[in-house]
Amino acid sequence: MAKRIDVKDVNIYYGKFRAVDDVTLHVPPKQVTAFIGPSGCGKSTMLRTLNRMHEVVPGARVEGQVLLDGENIYASSVDPVQVRRTVGMVFQSPNPFPTMSIRDNVVAGLKLAGTRNKKQLDEIAEQALRGANLWNEVKDRLSKPGGGLSGGQQQRLCIARAIAVQPDVLLMDEPCSALDPISTLAIEDLISELKKDYTIVIVTHNMQQAARVSDETGFFNVPGVGEPGRLVEFNDTEKIFSNPDEQATEDYISGRFG
Amino acid sequence: MTTDTLQSAERASPFQHLSGVRKAKNYLASVLVTCSFLIALIPLGWLLVTVVTKGYRALVSERWFTHSLSGVMPEQFAGGIYHALYGSIAQGVMCAIIAIPLGVFTGIYLAEYGRGWLARSVTFMVDILSGVPSIVAALFIFALWISVFGFPKSAFAVSLALVLLMLPIVIRSTEEMLRLVPDQLREASYALGVPQWKTIVKVVLPTAYSGMVTGMMLAMARVLGETAPVLVLVGYSRSINYNVFDGNMASLPLTIMNELLNPEPAGVARMWGAALTLILLVMIFNLMAAVLSRFSAVKSS
Repeated sequence: MAKRIDVKDVNIYYGKFRAVDDVTLHVPPKQVTAFIGPSGCGKSTMLRTLNRMHEVVPGARVEGQVLLDGENIYASSVDPVQVRRTVGMVFQSPNPFPTMSIRDNVVAGLKLAGTRNKKQLDEIAEQALRGANLWNEVKDRLSKPGGGLSGGQQQRLCIARAIAVQPDVLLMDEPCSALDPISTLAIEDLISELKKDYTIVIVTHNMQQAARVSDETGFFNVPGVGEPGRLVEFNDTEKIFSNPDEQATEDYISGRFG
Repeated sequence: MTTDTLQSAERASPFQHLSGVRKAKNYLASVLVTCSFLIALIPLGWLLVTVVTKGYRALVSERWFTHSLSGVMPEQFAGGIYHALYGSIAQGVMCAIIAIPLGVFTGIYLAEYGRGWLARSVTFMVDILSGVPSIVAALFIFALWISVFGFPKSAFAVSLALVLLMLPIVIRSTEEMLRLVPDQLREASYALGVPQWKTIVKVVLPTAYSGMVTGMMLAMARVLGETAPVLVLVGYSRSINYNVFDGNMASLPLTIMNELLNPEPAGVARMWGAALTLILLVMIFNLMAAVLSRFSAVKSS
């Protein structure tokens, strides 16, 4: 189950442009790690390299190593499809499949991987929806389209979809940025529960959110336009928000820039 | 600024006053737009009224949809359009069977896989193909299929020419509909560990399905009315010929052309009847497009 991630000397490129420069960090298992920083600092790009989603963009590539429990996911023998099955992802805006019902959305990953057993799928759907705190709200309309739910419910549906395939790691790319405070609270509670079983990495623009939900925090910054983003500091969340090692971190957190 | 001027500024509220010039411009624009619409409608309405009034008599005659013109004298009010209707549908369906899979796969390639020089050259070729006049497509098939390969003139040759005309429309509409599917859905699917081809088959295509069907049916409706290929590639027959690979075969445009040369009132009636039948056939395909896209898998609340 939950695995640790070690990022070693990673440089990330879009074509010739280097977006992230020489990052090394360690994500502990069964904890929440947050990436914070100003827009364009490369934190989302960093997150997307953790499940080889970065290379979906034409011309994008990664140098260095990302080790999942010691195994390099960028080794030439590794199939990116297998990596993504192990490292799930929740996106910024909720993106349920418009052609599928709520239930089919949740089990989409398994169904598309070839699981046919209807009873088993129903059980997994219920489990995942309970895990995402959505079961009570949708149990009477599982066959209705997923697009009919509210924004917050859709995002929890996407989380249910991500955990239904039982990944080892869950990546979240600003999962609450399109949601109101109540839905945000629901998702944050959910994150705290999910970390019992999953290694979670979350990108957020909201520093209070990072302070509330995460155990470890990485602060990314970009020196100037057109320059690559850097990991400025990676530390315990408590330390980052009370007594950071770097002046830049303190400036950002206290609102002096960014 | 004194209190007085402030108050007077408040009295002349900026939201109450609409200048006369702007009102006039707005009015003028509305009149222009409405008039253009009405003018554009006149020829359409006129055409429909003409075809229906001149053609319905033939259409309601007893044997119109069940018999051919075999053995019918030019001046005789008798016979029907069955042979031509069969020809049009057979040629259209054969064309669709070839053009739709080819076009859909090419469209998928361009939208989902195509990068670099190959994709650019395919797009360029499709652009050129969509600009080829139907008579040129017909002559090309004549030169290739009949002159070089030595096959006889046949309905199948017509279908091949129609493929050339239908293909660019299907490719374009498929490509555009697939591009409308948000990348977020593809990424959501990849993030679940679904390979790209399965993402395309199970997520992207169902989402784009309704638009693609509409595009195909419109392409079908267009090629059904093409006249140049049937004039060049197959001879006219007044009787039924089920063999698409050999022999003369009528089709609706060809029947219209043929009866145009018949000065008798019966011929005029048959010509308009065939024209009305063609319009109805195209309409049925458009209706089918509407019905089929209703079965779209995209579910709205």
